Amino acid sequence: MDLLNSYQNNYLIVFVFLCLGILLPIVALFLGKLLRPHKPEEAKYTTYESGIEPFHDSRIQFNVRYYIFALMFVIFDVETVFLYPWAVAYDKLGIFALIEMLIFVIMLAIGLIYAWKKKVLRWM
Amino acid sequence: MVEDLLASSPGLLNFGIFFLLATVLLLVILGFVTYAILAERKVMGFMQLRQGPNQVGGRWGLLQTVADVLKLLIKEDTIPKSADRPLFILAPVIAFAPAFMVVAVIPFTDKLQFADIGVGLLYYIAISGISTVGIVTGGWASNNKYALLGGMRAAAQMISYEIPLVMSVLGVILLAGSLNLNDIVDAQSSGWYILKQPIGFIIFLVASIAELNRTPFDLPEAESELVAGFHVEYSGFRWAFFMLSEYVYLFAMASLTTVLFLGGWGPLPFMDFIPGAVWFSLKFSLIVFLLIWVRVTLPRLRADQLMEFGWKVLLPVALANIFLTALLKELFNFM
Repeated sequence: MDLLNSYQNNYLIVFVFLCLGILLPIVALFLGKLLRPHKPEEAKYTTYESGIEPFHDSRIQFNVRYYIFALMFVIFDVETVFLYPWAVAYDKLGIFALIEMLIFVIMLAIGLIYAWKKKVLRWM
Repeated sequence: MVEDLLASSPGLLNFGIFFLLATVLLLVILGFVTYAILAERKVMGFMQLRQGPNQVGGRWGLLQTVADVLKLLIKEDTIPKSADRPLFILAPVIAFAPAFMVVAVIPFTDKLQFADIGVGLLYYIAISGISTVGIVTGGWASNNKYALLGGMRAAAQMISYEIPLVMSVLGVILLAGSLNLNDIVDAQSSGWYILKQPIGFIIFLVASIAELNRTPFDLPEAESELVAGFHVEYSGFRWAFFMLSEYVYLFAMASLTTVLFLGGWGPLPFMDFIPGAVWFSLKFSLIVFLLIWVRVTLPRLRADQLMEFGWKVLLPVALANIFLTALLKELFNFM
């Protein structure tokens, strides 16, 4: 029972931190609203573009590079999801799990080398 | 007393007490941020053979940051007409809240710590990833070309360096056999992991500077090309929250480095008459100073160099480090 309570309390603390992290910006911005001046003027609300009038929408198509890097990220992040439990339990698993994990990582490394050779990793 | 509180069944009273304690921590962190900014400007000043702030608050400029914050507080708040208003307002909150949340799991000393959860390290890494969303949201919502470029770069950079960061701590987890930060500190009583994991430490340091968006990896807000990157359109306190989250992350990342590699609150041999809190703050300050030093010394990388360095150098080395550690551990267990 003690363990369960302590477990729940620790996550309650995390929740408290979340509440504070959201409350601080709200309170600070509300206080600022009472203090700061408000003198609206047309020119203040234009988008900044180094002094010239902004032309057409800035939400254009992205370079496809970003998407490819995001895909690579997903692959390797999933790999770390598998590596973490293995690392924690390594003492109990021993040499056999090490070889298994080595095979797993080598397969992913082949993927990395393939991407490298295909010039996916070049940012140009 | 704290043990009793943790053992009692969670309720509103516990919530209230934790809330008060966490508020105290928040104030301490705000104080740290205030003087970390001053220290950074002062150290940078001395390293560049100039004075740094020396007008407001005496010769050391002790009130400089306080004055800056007051100025930001009474600044007019402008939201561009073409911006996406709800997202524009939400973005600084998304960026800041995770920065404060990660501090919850960091053990400062064996007594002074907040949440002691089993997967502490994983929690830190998972939560800190959310801040990227805040930065991209801010960049996209501004509807500004510089901001959008900065936001996209931030996303690309942070996901690229997240992987080496996550993999470099795997060596530490292998040695400690736990994700709990307290267990990791306890496991270092026989020797700090900076000695057993030198490669892991260097990768972690480089990747953490990139995750913090600090020079030489500050491409998302490169002044010379993107004006200010993702926060071009932000002003006043909304901008302050982006800056605040950056410095809270500095606090959190320096603490995490201390805990993972420098033995947390553990003393040097024969010097355990000095209390743990002093040890922790000494190591912590050393890391913060190191980060400032790196910022002053190294010029900014080019975008392509940055990405290629992350994927072609840090990732393979981090992977090799994991298996080197596992192999060494296996061999020494045999002997």
